[in-house]
Amino acid sequence: MDYLKNDLTSLHQMLVNKELSASELMEATFDGIAKREPQIDAFLAMNKDEALKQAAAIDQRGINADNVLDGIPVGIKDNMVTKGLTTTAASKMLENFNPIYNATAVERLENAGMVVAGKLNLDEFAMGSSTETSAFKKTKNAWDQTKVPGGSSGGPAAAVASGELIAALGSDTGGSIRQPAAFNGVVGFKPTYGRVSRYGLIAFSSSLDQIGPMTRNVKDNALILNAIAGQDKHDFTTSPREVPDFTSKIGKDIKGMHIGVPKEFMDVDLQPEVREAVQNAIKTFESLGATVDEISLPHSLNGIQVYYIVATSEASSNLQRYDGIRYGFRAKDVKNLEDVYVRSRSEGFGDEVKRRIMLGTFSLSSGLYDEFFGKATKVRTLICNEFENIFKDYDLILGPTTTTAAFGFGEKTDDPIAMYMNDLLTIPMNLAGVPAMSIPGGFTKNGLPVGIHLVTPRFDEETLYQAGYAFEQATDFHNQIPTIGGQN
Amino acid sequence: MNFETTIGLEVHIEMQTKSKAYSPAPVVYGAEPNTNTNVIDWAYPGVLPEVNKGVLEYGMRAAMALNCEIEQDLHFDRKNYFYPDNPKAYQITQKDTPIAHDGWLEIELEDGTKKKIGIEEMHVEEDAGKNTHNPNGYSYVDLNRQGTPLIEIVSKPDLHSADEAYAYLSRLRQIIKFTGISDVKMEQGSMRADVNVSVRPIGSDKPGVRTEMKNLNSFDHVRKGIEYEEKRQRGILLKGGEIEQETRRFDEPTGTTVLMRSKEEANDYRYFPEPDLPTYHISNEWIEEVRESIPEMPDKRRERYINEWGIPAYDAKVLTQTKEMSDFYEATVAYGGDPKLASNWLMGEVNAYLNDKQIELGDTALTPEHLATMIQLIKDGTISSKIAKKVFKEIITNDTEPKAWVEEKGMVQLSDPEKLQPIIDEVLDNNQQSIDDFKNGKDRAFGFLVGNIMKQTRGKANPKVVNKLLTESLKSR
Repeated sequence: MDYLKNDLTSLHQMLVNKELSASELMEATFDGIAKREPQIDAFLAMNKDEALKQAAAIDQRGINADNVLDGIPVGIKDNMVTKGLTTTAASKMLENFNPIYNATAVERLENAGMVVAGKLNLDEFAMGSSTETSAFKKTKNAWDQTKVPGGSSGGPAAAVASGELIAALGSDTGGSIRQPAAFNGVVGFKPTYGRVSRYGLIAFSSSLDQIGPMTRNVKDNALILNAIAGQDKHDFTTSPREVPDFTSKIGKDIKGMHIGVPKEFMDVDLQPEVREAVQNAIKTFESLGATVDEISLPHSLNGIQVYYIVATSEASSNLQRYDGIRYGFRAKDVKNLEDVYVRSRSEGFGDEVKRRIMLGTFSLSSGLYDEFFGKATKVRTLICNEFENIFKDYDLILGPTTTTAAFGFGEKTDDPIAMYMNDLLTIPMNLAGVPAMSIPGGFTKNGLPVGIHLVTPRFDEETLYQAGYAFEQATDFHNQIPTIGGQN
Repeated sequence: MNFETTIGLEVHIEMQTKSKAYSPAPVVYGAEPNTNTNVIDWAYPGVLPEVNKGVLEYGMRAAMALNCEIEQDLHFDRKNYFYPDNPKAYQITQKDTPIAHDGWLEIELEDGTKKKIGIEEMHVEEDAGKNTHNPNGYSYVDLNRQGTPLIEIVSKPDLHSADEAYAYLSRLRQIIKFTGISDVKMEQGSMRADVNVSVRPIGSDKPGVRTEMKNLNSFDHVRKGIEYEEKRQRGILLKGGEIEQETRRFDEPTGTTVLMRSKEEANDYRYFPEPDLPTYHISNEWIEEVRESIPEMPDKRRERYINEWGIPAYDAKVLTQTKEMSDFYEATVAYGGDPKLASNWLMGEVNAYLNDKQIELGDTALTPEHLATMIQLIKDGTISSKIAKKVFKEIITNDTEPKAWVEEKGMVQLSDPEKLQPIIDEVLDNNQQSIDDFKNGKDRAFGFLVGNIMKQTRGKANPKVVNKLLTESLKSR
C-alpha cells in the first residue's frame, strides 16, 4: 500500500476512522522509501526504529482527531538539529554529529504528533543550488534522475516529489526551498522572516535563513506551517505577532485580487517553457477574477550581488565555530593545536563552503567594509522599500521561480557564477523578508516541472496560500506524479 | 624639552547579573570548570543568543551614575576573533550604538584639586572563558566565565598623569560599587583596564602616538605601567626617535612594559551588525524606572551629610567611601541615632574595629538599629561613655539588643534626681568637714564628696547629674 496520492486531510481521516494505523502508515512509508531511495538518494539518516516505536505509541494512546498532523511521518532537512539523530548539514565537518537538543521547528512538529522518518540531503551547510556540494551523496531529481534536484533543499524536494514522504521541512536562505520545489514540481514555502524559529537550524546566513514546509499541495503546506510558526523564546528574531490559521483563506475566491508581474523578472533570459508557464499562470489568475498588471521592481535583481556579500559575510562568521575541538570532525595525526584547526577545517569543509568563507571574510575586512558589506546593506534597504511600496497597490507578486527547469549533474559545478544565478529570482524575497512560495506551474517538453513564484507582503501568508490554492484548484500540475524505477 | 602625557582608559567591569549576557546559564564564581555552561556557551550548532534584559538595565545604571546620555535605539555587533576560550569565535558587543555616551566623573587629587574627566562611551558585551596551561603540556578551557556580561567604559583623553589615572580608577570603582552592578574587585578580575599612553612635546599640535597596555589587573600596575611608558616614550623622543603604535604588556617582576604585538599584527575584527538579535528600543518609561531604582551617588550623599546634618567635610567623605558604610550610617540616623554621634562612632570605634580585625562592616553583628539604640542610651544618660565601650563590644560581636542588655547587666546609669538626692543628702550629712572645707575654698573637697556618692551608687550615678545636684545642695547647707 502506498499513500502517494493522499493529502494530509484524507490520511488523517483514515487514521481517525481506523482504516489505517499510525504503525501501518509508518511501515508503508519506509517500504516506499526502500523502493525509491536507490534511484533518489534523498536521505542522509533513517530514523526507522525510533519512528516505528513512536508510531506504535501513538496507536497505543489513539489518534487525536483534532490534530491533522498526528501520526504523520515527516522528513527534516539535515541542517536542523534532531536530538539523538545524526545531523550533518551534509558536511564532513559534522559527520557523526549527534545533537543533544531538537530544533524548535522539529520540536513543534513532534509536539503536534508528527514522527521524524529521517534526515534529508542538502548542499553542504545549505550552500548551493543543486545539492551537489553535499559531502555524502548526490540526490536525484524525482522526474529525471539525470538531473539535479535543485538546492539546497534538494533532499526534501526529491523525497516529497517522489512519494517517499508526504511532507518535509526545508530551509530557504536565497531560494533553497523554492528552487528545488520548482525543479521537483512540489509546493515550497518560505515564510516571512521571523515567522518560524531558527533555533536549532545550523546557521548559514542568520539574517536570511528561514525554515518552511515542502509538500505536494498547498493546503498540506499551510497545515504544517500552522504547527511550526510563532514566537520562540530561543530566537529573538521571531515575531511576537499572533499566529493566524494559515488555512483560513484557503478556498476563498480571488476575485478582484491585484497581481503584479515584475517586468524585470520577465526580461531576464528565461527558458521558453518557463516563460510560457508564467504567461499561462497569468491567464489562469485572470480567469479566476484577478487583475494582473506589469509592475517594476528596479533594484530587485541587484539582490544577487547583495546576497553574495551579506550571506557569505554572515556565513564566514557563523562557520568559525567549527574548529575540530568541541564536536564534529577532527583531523587525525595532528601535531599541535594550530594543526588541529588548520587540518580539521581543510579536510572538514568542502570547496564551496571554503569559497564562501573566503568571500565573506574579504567583504568584512577593515577598509573594504564600506565598499562591500556597507553598500550591500544600503541596497538591501532599497529592495525592502521597493517591495513595501509595490504592496501598497498590489496583493500579490507573480513570476517564475527559476529561469530554467532542472539542469544536469556537473553542468554548473565548475562555474560558480552560473550556479549562483540560479537564485536570481528568489533572493530578493529573502532580502526583503517577505513570504514567497513556489507552486507547480507546468512542465517542459522533456517532462521537467516548472515552478510559479508567488509573493505577498510580510506576515500575509494567508493570502499567499489563498492564491496558491485557487491556482492549484484551477490546474492539474500538482496531480502529476513522477515514475520512479518503473513505478509511482 | 617638556612633555605632556595623555592617557585613555578602557575599563571592563563584570556585571553581576543572575544569568549570562546572552544565555540563561548562571553567573557564578569559583564553580567546577564548565559546570555553569549550556549549549549557547559552547557555541553548539544551531544555537542563538538570548539577550538578558538585566544586562541593559545594569548598563543603564552605570550610565546614569556616570552622567551619560543613554542611546535609546541600539543594536548589537559581532566582533570576530578566534581564540580557544571564545567558542563562537566572535564576541557580541555594541560597536555602532554603545548603550551610553558623553558622561563624566569628578576626580579629587591628593592636594584636593578637583577635575572633571569625560566618559567617551560605554557599551555592554560578553566576557570570554578562561584558558589554563598545565605543565603536562595540555591546555584547558573553562567556559564558566564565557558570556558573563561586561560593561566597557571608555574615558576621554582628559587624563594627563599616572596619579590622575589612579584617581579616575578609584572614583570609577567607588561609583560603580554604589550602583550595585558589580563588586568591582580588580584583583579578582571583575574590573580590568586597558591603558593607552601617548607623550608629545608641550605645544605640539599633533597628538602623540599611543601605545596600549592590555588587561592590567591592579591599580598599582596601572600606575607603574603608565609611569614606565611615560619615561620610555620620552626617552625615545629625546633621542629623536619615533614611537611605534603597538600593544605592550606590563611585566610585573621588572616593572617595565614589553612589546606584545605591533600595529601590523593587529587583529581585523570584521565587525558587523549581529543578525541573530533584533534592534532594541529603550523607552523613556524604562529609563525612568531604572533611574528610580539606582541609589543616590556618593557626592550627593556627601553634600547632604554636610548641609543637613552638619557633618564635617572630611567625615562626610569617609562615610561615603563605600555604599555599605554610607547606607549603614543613614540607617542608623533613621533609627533615631544622632547624626553627629553616629558619624563619630562609625569613623572612630567601628572603623578601628574593622581595621583591627581586617573585616568588612557586613561581617560583624552590628546593626544600624542597635547602634542607634546605644547612641540614644548615651545621649539620654542611661549609660556612661565608659559603659558604652562595653556595650559596643557586645553589639558588634553578638546580635544583642543593647537596651535590654544594659538593664540585665545592671549597667544603667543613675540619673534620676529623686533617687540621687537622698544619697547626696546622706553623704553630706556624714561629711560636715568636707562641707566646711568646700566653703573655705578647698575645691578638692568637692571631688571627695563626688567620690563618696559614686561609691554609694557603685559607680552608676550619672556624673553630670551628681555635679549639678551636689552644687545646689552645697549652696543650701
